[in-house]
This record gives sequence, structure tokens and C-alpha cells, in this order.
Amino acid sequence: MQRLVELVLLLIVLTNFMVLGTSRLSTCIRAIAFQGLLLGLLPPLLHRSLAVYTVALALSAIAVKAIILPRFLQWAIREASVRREIEPRIGFVASLLLGAVAVAVAFGTAQQLPLPDRGGSLAVAVSLATVICGLIVLTSRARALTQVVGYLMLENGVYLFGLTQAARVPFLVELGMLLDVFVGVFIMGIVVFHINREFDSLSDTDLTELSER
Amino acid sequence: MILPALILLPFLGALGAYVHRQAAYRTAWLVIIAVLHTALVGETWVARPDPILGGWIAVDALGLLVLTTVSGLFLVTAIYTVGYLRREDPRGGRAFVSCLLAFLGSASLVSLSHHLGSLWVGMESTTLSVAPLVFHRHDRRSLEAVWKYLVISSVAIALALLGMFFLATAQFSPVDTGRSLVLEDLLDHAPHLNPAWLKAAAVFLLVGFGTKLGLAPMHTWKPDTYGEAPSLVSGLMAGALVSCAFLGIARMVQVTLAAALGDFVRPLLIGFGLVSLAVAAAFLLGQRDVKRLLAYSSVEHVGLLVLGLGLSGVGAYGAVLHVINNAAAKGFMFLAVGNVVLALGTSIAGELRGLVRTLPVSGTLLLIGLLALTGSPPFGSFLSMFIILRAAVDGHPWVAATTALLLAISFVGMAAMILEMTHGAGAADERGQQPGTKAPIRESAWLIAGPVALAAVTLLLGVYLPASLQQALSEAAVSLGGVVP
Amino acid sequence: MLSAIAGLLLVMLVAPLLPGVAGRTKAILTGRRGPPLLQLYYDLARLFRKGVVYSTTTTWMFRLAPVVLAVSALLAACLIPLDGHAAIVGFAGDVIVFTYLLALGRFVLVLASLDTGSSFEGMGASREVTFASFTEVAFFFALIALSLATDSLSFAGMLGAPLVTAWPSAAPSIVMAAATLFVVLLAETSRVPFDDPATHLELTMIHEVMVLDHGGPDLALILYASALKLTLFASIVISVVVPRGMLNPFLALAVLAAGLLAVGIAIGIVESVMARLRLTRVPQVLVAAGALAAFGVILLLR
Repeated sequence: MQRLVELVLLLIVLTNFMVLGTSRLSTCIRAIAFQGLLLGLLPPLLHRSLAVYTVALALSAIAVKAIILPRFLQWAIREASVRREIEPRIGFVASLLLGAVAVAVAFGTAQQLPLPDRGGSLAVAVSLATVICGLIVLTSRARALTQVVGYLMLENGVYLFGLTQAARVPFLVELGMLLDVFVGVFIMGIVVFHINREFDSLSDTDLTELSER
Repeated sequence: MILPALILLPFLGALGAYVHRQAAYRTAWLVIIAVLHTALVGETWVARPDPILGGWIAVDALGLLVLTTVSGLFLVTAIYTVGYLRREDPRGGRAFVSCLLAFLGSASLVSLSHHLGSLWVGMESTTLSVAPLVFHRHDRRSLEAVWKYLVISSVAIALALLGMFFLATAQFSPVDTGRSLVLEDLLDHAPHLNPAWLKAAAVFLLVGFGTKLGLAPMHTWKPDTYGEAPSLVSGLMAGALVSCAFLGIARMVQVTLAAALGDFVRPLLIGFGLVSLAVAAAFLLGQRDVKRLLAYSSVEHVGLLVLGLGLSGVGAYGAVLHVINNAAAKGFMFLAVGNVVLALGTSIAGELRGLVRTLPVSGTLLLIGLLALTGSPPFGSFLSMFIILRAAVDGHPWVAATTALLLAISFVGMAAMILEMTHGAGAADERGQQPGTKAPIRESAWLIAGPVALAAVTLLLGVYLPASLQQALSEAAVSLGGVVP
Repeated sequence: MLSAIAGLLLVMLVAPLLPGVAGRTKAILTGRRGPPLLQLYYDLARLFRKGVVYSTTTTWMFRLAPVVLAVSALLAACLIPLDGHAAIVGFAGDVIVFTYLLALGRFVLVLASLDTGSSFEGMGASREVTFASFTEVAFFFALIALSLATDSLSFAGMLGAPLVTAWPSAAPSIVMAAATLFVVLLAETSRVPFDDPATHLELTMIHEVMVLDHGGPDLALILYASALKLTLFASIVISVVVPRGMLNPFLALAVLAAGLLAVGIAIGIVESVMARLRLTRVPQVLVAAGALAAFGVILLLR
């Protein structure tokens, strides 16, 4: 069981690299959907139980993070007919390297942290790495849609940290988080859709009308 | 039964408002819910209800003050909305009222949560319910504003959630630390919390909720969002949303102080406060748009709020009092600007002159607002800002001197624009008519009743604090490690 | 020792077969018959019988390069424990010597191609060196991962018996290292998606364009050296994926032979399902491969 958990966690890091390294938006979305699926698998694996609570959490996470939101984002790129990220502020090679550094930092930090149980150290490391990679995507990419993917990644990282504390964080709160993320991304998607209609390029480099002159 | 009603009533109202097609019913519905909510809040002042859900939802002085501020400001905004929707029906008018009510419900959840997880859920919901309101004009500029607002706030709130989980991790210790993330248990067992995790949690919560609060340097969304949102929404954000975010930071301060980490968190708060004051002072000079001016003024005031928290002593008392004063003053100021925009179609200061003659009531309100926002006597904010400054003088004379200087610069910046708008005689327009000599425009009672009432409240708070309010303020200040002046 | 020499003879013998297997697989998958499996042997035999023509602009460097290239590849082959136990020559740090022997071969080849003074060859040399600077990093990260997993600094440890015991505890890192090594294999030996050995357009070539001016036995040496290099990288990948440290040396050689066939088919499959990458995207993929191995290293450092 422990091996399986480790495998899932490692795959999560690899999906991070995938998002960082690809220029194709649909690959990005597929990677984030896969990451959502992996996150959904974690609660039953981590707690080694099939109680109603863990299964419900797993199913709702899969439904939201792996099915509904990715499909919605796919819809958005189809409507907006964008396929590729334009050359970002930080290039793909550079952001991959940054991602590798982030993973190293996250694993190093998780080692130092006073953790309740040593077994959770890998999960904490992966969650921190995912948070940092999400921030890298958010700040380095020019397309509004990729930024939404970055936000989802960041949320996934935080959610994973929450799972390591799952015994302490109640079910209701986790469901609330899922709901908030769901609505948040939905609203972002709609805004992205409107940005596309108004600016026909879906890039936030155009969003510069408001600034101090 | 009062506590669940306070939270659920607005949410049910939000659903109800969506059902009916006719605008008149919807606005009536909005006002009814707002009145009921305020009445329920009044009831909690009379007798504090017992906690429910095993202590997750409970009332304490701090939460009650924030709830009252939110509810009162919302009632005024609801009445104003009646007049606003008659003059200007935004696209998706149904969503407009629903989102307003959803915001009220989320803000109530934040104020009443004693479980920090549910506080977070409420905080995120406020962000999401406000976003469609900012976007109501559906044009390029509001699109850009709402995008910035959504992305920055969502990221910030995600970081705050991480901070929240750090806090839950800090609760791990060989000694029993009670239920996770329940405020009372955190405070009771604070000495057993792990200091390293607690420090990390404090930083993340401060950055996360600080962004929602609009502290510099995380304030960049604020001028854009306040500038582009409908004025009544800006007012609600500057008054109610800010109070909720303040509550989030205050909860963090409560826990860290109880864990004897005051020396770690106070300098952070003072630092953020001073930076916010400085940034606000710099950008208040030479603004062109009065709504953006008010946004920077909001940055200044949230700076004062965390400065008060960080200075502790009487500063905490001043900060809590300033939450109320700031909400009232910002609220009516934005509503008055909203009247100007409705009547004259612009919020660019250069195109507005002689408003006291053109719009007698709103123009006068702007003038009063200028005095209230800059902390002139006899308004309420004079009292709260004075208390905060006194707290600084006691322990940190340099902080006091810097704050006083920055407040003076801010006063110059704000006064320069607003006096020009209210009393200035502008260039003649193309028909050769002096703008200031135009006949006064009649203002709808719906649009001026609320702002005038709020102005009265700020004035009243400056000269007289009711005993029950004083008691609640003292209680809140003590819970934040402060003393009563 | 006997099995080590047998292993060396085996790879020297089957090296020209591997490109043939890859080509045949690709041909079958794309619905063609393709050249015979032994085509490279025929080519080598024909080239060795031919004479050489040297351009008047070239110097001794141009003549020296093919020999140095072939010899360095052969020496590198002596460093790999092909029978799963020990190489002909093995010592702590032989992995570095291995890398630099291959780098030496590349270096002289690049010098020789610059020696011709042709702009096409200069362009190819520039690309080859650019991409090599990325592959080497990825290769080293994979080696570091293996070295940490097996706690040894020589091929004999990294690919031999210690690897067998390391597998259960360090499986994720070893898998990542193997994946990186496979990508390095494709890049180092100029296969799709990094380079297309079948292309006819000089502008798109990388490796092929560097050897345009070589002919006769020189070209034969270069072709043989690159086939040998492919076989060596394939042997490393096989040794990592199927650790043979516990097998009888001769049985291990049989496994190696089967593995080489499998790698040849795998390359053919990759070549038929993937298109060639745009040149600007090549570093991206190589960095990604390096990051993968680096992640494996991080996992082992925990």
C-alpha cells in the first residue's frame, strides 16, 4: 500500500513537469486532469479504508478535478480556438529548470520540517513542490487559460497538504474547499471566455489598460 | 436558531432573488432580507446565542462587531440598490441581486466562524460572489479588473488555506491540543503548538488575508477593481469585505499572541502597515479618477488597521473601532461618488467641478467624507486614528512620526482632488456655459437616504460611543492582546 | 574475464544489426518492406573496399577523426560490464571516462567537419555540440541516480549485482533514470525525434550533415562507431531495466542479446509514432529528461 501511495505521489510530480514543459494547451489540461485523478485516488490509499467519508471525498475530488473542470477548460479552448501557449515570459526550458529546483527545495524543506509522522514527509514534499510549480505557471505564462491551469495546480498542492492532515481537517471543510475551487474556476473560465470575445487573443499581455499613468 | 438564520437567510434569499423575473420584486426582496438580517444582528446584541455545531459557529465580541458593520453597511447598500437599479439596469440583473445576497451570507459565515476552516470557506465565497458584481458592465475595462481581482485573490486565498493547514499541523504535539482549527481549542492549548509551523502559518495567513485586505505591496488589484466596479459594489468591498479580511488576520493574531509569538508577528504587522501607508500616500497624490483615489485611501486605512493590531496596547482597541469607522466612511463616500457617476457619467476628477452646486447632497457628502476619511474631528475616524497614533507614541516614537507624516501627505492628496471637485470652477464647456453654474440636479431619495444615514453614524461615533458598543470594543481589544484606553 | 571478452565480441558483432532492426520495425509499421536486416553489414563491406578522396582544403585532422572516433567507441565498450558482472576494464569513476571517451569521439568528429570549411557541416557541428551539452547533463543525472541507488562509482556496481539489491528500495528513481537514459540514447545516436537518419535535406540534418564529406573506409568507420555507440547505450538501458547481476554470465549475455533486439524494436516503434521535433523544442525535451533524472536523484537524497 505504501508503495502505491509513493507511486501516486511521484506521478503527481511528473504531471507538474508535464504542465511546465508543454506548450500545447490541451496537453496542459490533460496533465492537470490526470493530476486531479491521482489526487482523487489518494484519500482511500492514505487512510487504508473504504469508509463512506473517504470514498465520498475521493469521488467528489475525481468528479470536480478530473472530469468537470478539465472538460470545461477544454470547452473554453475550443470556443476560443487557442491551441498553443505563446512564448512565455519565462521560457519552457527555464521554467522546467525552475520546476526542478522547486522540487529540490520542496523535498529539502520537507526533510527539515518537524512532521507528525515521517511517512507523511513525501506527501508534504510533493504538495509543496506542486504549490511552487503552480506559482511558476501562474506568474510565467501569458495566456489567461494557462494561468487558470496554474491556479488549479496550486490548489491541488494545497489540497494534497490538507490530505496529509485529513484526520484533523473535517470532511465538511474539504467539501467546502472543493466547492469553492469548482465555482472559482468556473467563474474564471467564464471570464476567460469573455476576454477572448473582447480581445480575441486570450492573452493577458493585452490586459494593460488599467494602470497608473 | 439565530446563528444558522444569520448565515442561511441571505443564501436562501440569493436563491429566491433568482427565481423572480420582475426587477421590482427582486429589489424589494433584497431590502426585506437586509432588514431581517440587521434585525437578527440586533437580536444577537441583546442576548448572545449559544454556539452551535459543536463550537464551529459562535459569537464573540470581535465577530459581532464585524458582523454588525457588514450587516449595517449592507442594509444601506440594499436601499441604495433600489434607486441604482431604477436608474441603471445592469446586464444579468437577476445575478446582481443574488450575488449581493450571497456576499452577505458569506460575510456572515466569516464573522461567525470559530472554526478556521469554515472561516476560510466563507472568505473564498466572498471573493467569488463579488466577482460577477465587479464584472457587471461587461466591457473591456471591467473584464481586466475582474480578471486581476479573481486571479490575485484566488491565489492569495489558496496561500491562506495552506497557512490554515500549517496551523492544523502545528497542533500536532505529544500533548492533547484539542479539536483541530477550532478557535477556542487553539487558544486554550496555544502553548503546546509547534512554534515553527505556527510561524509559517502566521506568515501565510498574513500574506493571504492581507492580499484580500489590500495591504501594500499586495494591493495592486485594489485600484483597478474599485475603479471599475459599480460604486455600490466598491463601497461594499471597501467596507464589508475589508472588515472580513481584517477578522481573518485578527484571528491569526489571537492565536499567535496566545502562543507567545507576539514578538514575531507584531513587527510584521507594523511593517505591512507602514508600507501600506507609504504606498497610499505616494499614489494619493496626482490621481485622476476619484474611485481610484478612494481605493488608495482604502489601502491607507487597512494599513492603519494592521498597524493598530501590531502596536498592540490601546492600538488594538483603535483598530477594532477603526473597522467600524472605516466601513461607514468608505461606504457613504463610494455611494456619493456613485451618485455623481449616475448623474454626470464620469468619475474622472478633471471633468467634475462645482459639485456642491450641481449635486447639493452628494457634493456635501463628498466634502464630509473627505473630513471623515482623513480623520478630522469630530468624526469617528478621528477618535480611532488618534488612539492608534497614541499607541505608537507610547512604544514606537518613530512609527508615530512616520505615520503622522504619511497621514498628512494623504490628506493633501485627497483634499486637493475633492475640494477641486466640490468647489472648483472648471473651464467652460463648448456651449460656453460654466459647469458650476448649471442648475442643481434633483437627487432621488433612495440614492441619498443611505449615504446620509452613514454620514450621521460616523459623526455620532465621533462624539458618543454607546455603553454596549464600548463594552464590546473593550472585550474585542482584550482578546487581541490590547488594553482599554 | 572470458564472458567479458565474449560480451565485447558480441556487441562488436551485432552493432551494425541494431539500426537494421530499428529500420525494419519502422518499415513494417508503416506498411513497407524496408531494406534487409543486414544492410549495414553490406554497406560497411562495400565502403571498406573503396578508395578515399580527400578535399584539398582538409588537413590531417580530417583523416585522423574517423580512427579516433572508432577507437574511442571501442574503448568505451571495454568499460561496460556486458555480462552483468564485470567489464574488461573497471575502476571507480569509469563512468566518467566512458562519458569522456564518447565526448572525445564527438569532439574530433566536430573538428573534422569544421575542417572541411563547408557551411552545412559547420551548422551540423554547431547543432551537435549544442544538443550534446544538454544530453550530457541528463546522462550525468541518470548516472548520479544510479550511483546513489547502488552506492558505487563504477559501472560494475551501478549495473551489476548491487543494482539487483537496490531495485526494490529505489524502484522509482531507477525507473526514472532508465527513462532518461532511453531519451539520451535517442538523442546521442541521432534518432527520431531528435534527428532523422533518413532525411535527405541538409538543412534539417544534425549528425548526417557532419559526415557528408567522408567517404570509403573513413565513412565506414564513422558508421560503425555510431552503430556501436547505439549498442552501448542500449546495453546500459537493458542493464538498468533488467538487472542481470545474479545470472550466470553467459545466460546474462543471452539476455543482453534479446534485450538489444527489444531496444531495436522499441526505437523503431518510437520512430514510426513520433514526428521529428522542431529544433527549438529539442533542448526542452532534453531538459525535461534531465529534470526527470534529477527528480530521481532528489528522491534518493531524501
